[in-house]
Amino acid sequence: MRLSEKFSQLGSEGAFIAYLCAGDPTYEKSLEAVESVIQAGADVIELGLPFSDPIADGPTIQKASQRALSSGMNTRRYFEFAAQVHGLADIPLVCMTYYNLLLRWGLRRFVESCVESGITALIIPDLPYEEACELEALCRKNQVDLIYIVAETTDEERLDEILSRAGGFLYVVSVLGTTGARKNISPTLKKLLEKLKAETQIPLAVGFGVSTPQHVSDILCLGADAVIVGSGLIDQYQKKRGGLFEYAKSLKQATYKP
Amino acid sequence: MKKKYGVYGGQYAPEILMPALKQLEADYSRLCGDEGFRDKLNSMLTDYAGRPTPLYFAENLSPSLGFDLFLKREDLLHSGAHKINNTLGQVLVAKQTGRKRVIAETGAGQHGVATAIAAAKLGLECEVYMGAKDVKRQSLNVFRMELMGAHVKSVESGSKTLKDAINEALRHWLSNAKDTFYCMGSVVGPHPYPAIVRDFQSVIGFEIKKQVKEKKGRLPDAIVACVGGGSNALGAFNEFLGEDVRLVGVEAAGEGVDTGKHCATLCTGSDGVLHGMYTKLLQDSFGQINPSHSISAGLDYPGVGPQLSHLSSINRIEAVSAGDSECMDAVKMLAESEGILPALESAHALAYVIKNKNEFKDKLVVVNLSGRGDKDVQTIADYFGVDL
Repeated sequence: MRLSEKFSQLGSEGAFIAYLCAGDPTYEKSLEAVESVIQAGADVIELGLPFSDPIADGPTIQKASQRALSSGMNTRRYFEFAAQVHGLADIPLVCMTYYNLLLRWGLRRFVESCVESGITALIIPDLPYEEACELEALCRKNQVDLIYIVAETTDEERLDEILSRAGGFLYVVSVLGTTGARKNISPTLKKLLEKLKAETQIPLAVGFGVSTPQHVSDILCLGADAVIVGSGLIDQYQKKRGGLFEYAKSLKQATYKP
Repeated sequence: MKKKYGVYGGQYAPEILMPALKQLEADYSRLCGDEGFRDKLNSMLTDYAGRPTPLYFAENLSPSLGFDLFLKREDLLHSGAHKINNTLGQVLVAKQTGRKRVIAETGAGQHGVATAIAAAKLGLECEVYMGAKDVKRQSLNVFRMELMGAHVKSVESGSKTLKDAINEALRHWLSNAKDTFYCMGSVVGPHPYPAIVRDFQSVIGFEIKKQVKEKKGRLPDAIVACVGGGSNALGAFNEFLGEDVRLVGVEAAGEGVDTGKHCATLCTGSDGVLHGMYTKLLQDSFGQINPSHSISAGLDYPGVGPQLSHLSSINRIEAVSAGDSECMDAVKMLAESEGILPALESAHALAYVIKNKNEFKDKLVVVNLSGRGDKDVQTIADYFGVDL
């Protein structure tokens, strides 16, 4: 499913985007985790393809990536995994990974493999728009959304350029830094969301540091259309396998606007 | 400024860092043309760091090699290695653009030490990221950095070496790009770092050219330098790129380029993106970065500067390699014949010309002796089975 379809289905309800790293800690257990998050009500699955050197990720996703790679996850198995997830439910599937893995697989082949396995969007955190032309053209041709990231450091000139290219949703980084659960929502997020809402119709998804139902409802109240939770889910799964479903459910419940 | 070298280079950085990289490019370009900045840097290089460094004719070693061997004595610089050419430049940029704090990554510890020195001298806070494995094998340098007031952060992720130290420094920079200056240690990373570091290190080749002309009245036939990330090599080569001079980059073959335990990236690597640049990498068939190995921590890196990848791909430089044991033999030979203890990194360059002395017969050869070996004494003792 394309992201646009999901967002129009949801209407005023916020979208819960759940990130999990494929193959963490093993192929089978990871598939169970994804299934349980979908059952708990995740609207979109962001599926990480682990990379050995994830510079945009904090300790939780770094460790998850290491576990997944140690258990044999690679690009080939990733697409098999994604296809299986696709078979579980008809919801948008987003691939998040680093550019080197696309280059190595072949850009065209990578986008085609996404289409074949049911992935409809891509997030590549180390690919700014300056370097993205070739991938962007391939994505457009294959109807895959290339998702761009914005932060409070993104100036007007860059923002205009990003808004003219962005597909799917805009990934709004709530705090400057890497992925990972944090205690509080950044006080500057409100201003950033207001600015973005005034300039674009594209859905705004807030990620980095989101980990509690309170965060979720606060962020949606500030005007976001979606929240992305990754490290929080992985931390929970590490702590108590069985707790994942309840935790994910509590996050989804917080997306129902009062 | 030029962003790419052929297909290599570029700016594969997270969006959060893009404004900081653009700012750095603007600041650097402005300061390059600023007389006050250049005067200050030159006076620090002369009076503080000890430039120019001698070009020394290895008169004892040369006859047995069958060619004239000159050593560019970067090992005599304050801090003990060429790294300080770059850190004085970058930390001065940081200072003059109002930053209070610099961060750096380090492998062998030489860049960390050189950054700590520059930060102490210019009155900035300094934090150095170093792989846990390197913290252990270069404990002397860790203490040196701490003596100069720097905080050393041991990096426990990944392979716990230079590659992971860069990852962690970049991650830290993501959170602090507004007030923190990232002082990159080699000709690697996203644009404009490879260009900035090359420019600051080009003083090496500039001096070689002048000195060798004074001594021999001509250009050298070959310049040989070790390559990890490649800053001492590119610094030595840059002035000669347009000249008819053989330029040889010696990578670390570790236990052998066919054993998988090496870091001969130019010799055996393939194209990809790591640490913000498109360059040659050691990677598996899926693009995961392979662990590298060398007895010298400073060469232990699975990537290489993008300009060197380009120069190698167009055959302007020759990429070759020397292994752990050849390096150790070269250390001994130079120490015994000339009374100079080279860094293990630099000893790789020396090892190559010793091993291949016949291809340099009767030539005028300059080896860039990029650092001194004091920091490596423990490693050398361990290698030869000596209990200190």
